[in-house]
Amino acid sequence: MRIPSAIITLIAGMALVLLGQWVANDVNWLPVSASTNAPVYDELFRVLLAIGTMLLVGMTGVVVYSLIRFRRRDGDQQDGPPVEGNLSLELFWTAIPAVVVLFLGIYSYDIYDRMGGMTDLNAHGMDHHAAELASVRQSQPGDEERIWGGIAPASSNEAVLPVEVTALQFAFVFHYPEQNITSGELHVPSGQAVELRMKANDVIHAFWVPEFRIKQDIIPGQPTVLTFTANQTGDYPIVCAELCGPYHGGMRSHVVVDEPESFATWVETNTPATLS
Amino acid sequence: MTIASPPSPSPQPLRLQPTGWLRYFSFSLDHKVIGLQYIVCGFLFYFVGGALAGVIRTELATPISDFVSRDTYNQVLTLHGTVMIFLWIVPVVNGGFGNYLIPFYVGARDMAFPRLNAVAFWMIPPSGLLLISSYFIGGAAQSGWTAYPPLSLTTPAMGQILWIVSVLLLGGSSIFGGINFIATILKFRQPGLKLMMLPMYCWAMLGTSILVVLATPVLAGTLILLSLDIVAHTGFFNPAAGGNAVVYQHLFWFYSHPAVYIMVLPAFGLVSEILPVHARKPLFGYVTMVYSIMAIVILGLVVWAHHMFTSGTPPWMRLFFTIATAFIAVPTGIKFFNWIATLWQGRLALNSAMLFSCAFILQFVFGGITGVALAQVPFDVHVHDTYFVVAHFHYIVYGGTVFVIFASIYHWFPKFSGRMLNEDLGRLHLALTFIGFNLCFAPQHWLGLNGMPRRVAEYDPQFSLINQISSVGALLMAISTLPFLINVVMSLLQGPAAGPNPWRALTPEWLTSSPPPVENWIGAAPLVEEPYGYGSSEGRIDVNQARGQDLWRQQP
Ligand code: HEM
Ligand SMILES: [Cu+2]
Ligand SMILES: [Cu+2]
Repeated sequence: MRIPSAIITLIAGMALVLLGQWVANDVNWLPVSASTNAPVYDELFRVLLAIGTMLLVGMTGVVVYSLIRFRRRDGDQQDGPPVEGNLSLELFWTAIPAVVVLFLGIYSYDIYDRMGGMTDLNAHGMDHHAAELASVRQSQPGDEERIWGGIAPASSNEAVLPVEVTALQFAFVFHYPEQNITSGELHVPSGQAVELRMKANDVIHAFWVPEFRIKQDIIPGQPTVLTFTANQTGDYPIVCAELCGPYHGGMRSHVVVDEPESFATWVETNTPATLS
Repeated sequence: MTIASPPSPSPQPLRLQPTGWLRYFSFSLDHKVIGLQYIVCGFLFYFVGGALAGVIRTELATPISDFVSRDTYNQVLTLHGTVMIFLWIVPVVNGGFGNYLIPFYVGARDMAFPRLNAVAFWMIPPSGLLLISSYFIGGAAQSGWTAYPPLSLTTPAMGQILWIVSVLLLGGSSIFGGINFIATILKFRQPGLKLMMLPMYCWAMLGTSILVVLATPVLAGTLILLSLDIVAHTGFFNPAAGGNAVVYQHLFWFYSHPAVYIMVLPAFGLVSEILPVHARKPLFGYVTMVYSIMAIVILGLVVWAHHMFTSGTPPWMRLFFTIATAFIAVPTGIKFFNWIATLWQGRLALNSAMLFSCAFILQFVFGGITGVALAQVPFDVHVHDTYFVVAHFHYIVYGGTVFVIFASIYHWFPKFSGRMLNEDLGRLHLALTFIGFNLCFAPQHWLGLNGMPRRVAEYDPQFSLINQISSVGALLMAISTLPFLINVVMSLLQGPAAGPNPWRALTPEWLTSSPPPVENWIGAAPLVEEPYGYGSSEGRIDVNQARGQDLWRQQP
């Protein structure tokens, strides 16, 4: 008995969807998630992974099937059917990807918004238009305070812990302005938003914590910010992710996420004596 | 199928060009000689670039920096990227195959500007040698192929300046080539050959050349400003002198994103020539293919900032470039679906040309999927500048373009040389390259997702095993070139004669002897109105009347 091709196609399609779901949900490709925006990121990653797996496995299946099913036997000199195109089919595979990428774009906009990526970086006073105008101008000594890029705090009413980050060849220096602590590694309390105000003195570096799923370049002459809320205690690597010279690979540090109490203890023991 | 049969050959005693093997070392004006000069010269640089890749993968076999010094590592990295892009991929898929094939496809005896053509080629070997020699004169550039300031302003000036000079020369060569292709395709078509009759490679080269002519001058201007910052201490991109380092990135990527299309659009064109011949079916969806090439050209010019999502870019800019980048996937996807539809129900010859093309399809689809993912800002913020990106663009450039170059060598070698390549060695070459490539680059996606940045000589020891697997893959890729080289040399010397048209193809380069005479055809050029007219003409279906089931119906 011949099974109608429509049914085979249907079954293959369902198998693909299941496979995509399985790969996305049950296979873990990412490091631990240790900040509040990491689960949001992972959600996007799973959607991308599911769509990508279905597409890749589906296309591979069709190509391999064609190579076997339609291979030329020895001595066969015939041509295939003279099909030159098919308008409805071509419209179909224009429209479907267009819808998929549009959906992805809107979805990732939403994700980015939830990560705080769409908040105005220079909210204090400067309106959008002025910011755009300023960005085309050269940086002037006056606008040292202008923020050129990054992820700003999503809401300004919660208590944010500011930390000044200076990147130089080949180290990060963290300064806590309110506590007057300077440190080679970053300590943050779990559950509180931290705002990194980042400057570089020599070349471009980048601040990356894989477990937080965030990265921002640190650019000489153009201060940037990066806000995150860690929510899982532990010790995570900070990696420089922009080629900055011979020791670029060695430019690493740590971020230690503590319970608020142990963080307070760390602050106490490290606050310079002159201040107390 | 209408092909005007050429009149009987008449002997041509007068030779204006040098003949014999010496012409390949001469300032020859013959487009076929120049094309082969580009291809062979490209392969020589490919071996240099490959050896440099070997150094990189050897260093990365251990997590500490122990094989070469850190400075040397960055020089090797920079040279590898620059050689592979500017001396291998761009010259071979544009200058190489473009010069050889375009005059045939438009029915001309040569390119529009043969002297400019020879100049364009002869700019390449000196600038390549200049670039490589910079390693021996005080050290090569070490700021990556992107040469971002301020790093490029602070690393040793000599190497960086020599890098800039050679990239400027190579860019100039590429512009000369682009102008020549546009003129040849638009103005040198033989009477009666309409634009919509051209083989797809012509459209691909037209689109590519438009990108070359529009985008490369921007790179040239940018690099000149950069060199002024280095030698004259101006402050265009130097924050210490009041400059803006991010402006350089915008200008650089305004060229370098289109540059990735300069590297793949010609490959798309070559695959569109190869598949119909070995599948014995017309190219599916000619008209949508043409429109999608042009859509890629236009969209390709407005997506550059997706390389700068973590740089100094305001939120609205991140959003705009996400959408624009993701939309390129639509015209690109159309081409892939069309190629698969070309295969469907064909009579597929499973030879090296076909298999390399199919491997290209699968690997490019993989690279395209990770590309669309990278276009999503939140995703990119995590993996930007990591091994994930390294994996992505190698799937595109190696899994895509390099596989197509090999497919094209297997396809056109009989035309170039008059002799057939050995298919068994060819399939061995394919198998080794396919396994080696995927072993080398697929695991790098995981490395990037889990915390390994790119362009490092040392890394967290937890990544050792995956890096070693990747290095084994690289070794396999190096080994895979041996059967290829043996095949080419042996076949040149004693391969079976190919005859004019071993694949029974319909495009005009096959309607003449192999290798073709200097004037391409003895007598009048054939007018090929349907370059993909495979399949018997009875039962042909009109595009606009066809329904889905006509395509999918079973073979009688
Ligand atoms: C479907 C089409 C494609 C999309 C959507 C896409 C998207 C992207 C994105 C968003 C990035 C930036 C990643 C990052 O640095 O964080 C990127 C990097 C890159 N892409 Fe693609 N891409 C596509 C096709 C191509 C093609 C056709 C090529 C070349 C032949 C290519 C070569 C590269 C290269 C070389 C890089 C890395 C550049 C560098 O930072 O050194 N891509 N791609
Ligand atoms: Cu750094
Ligand atoms: Cu790009």
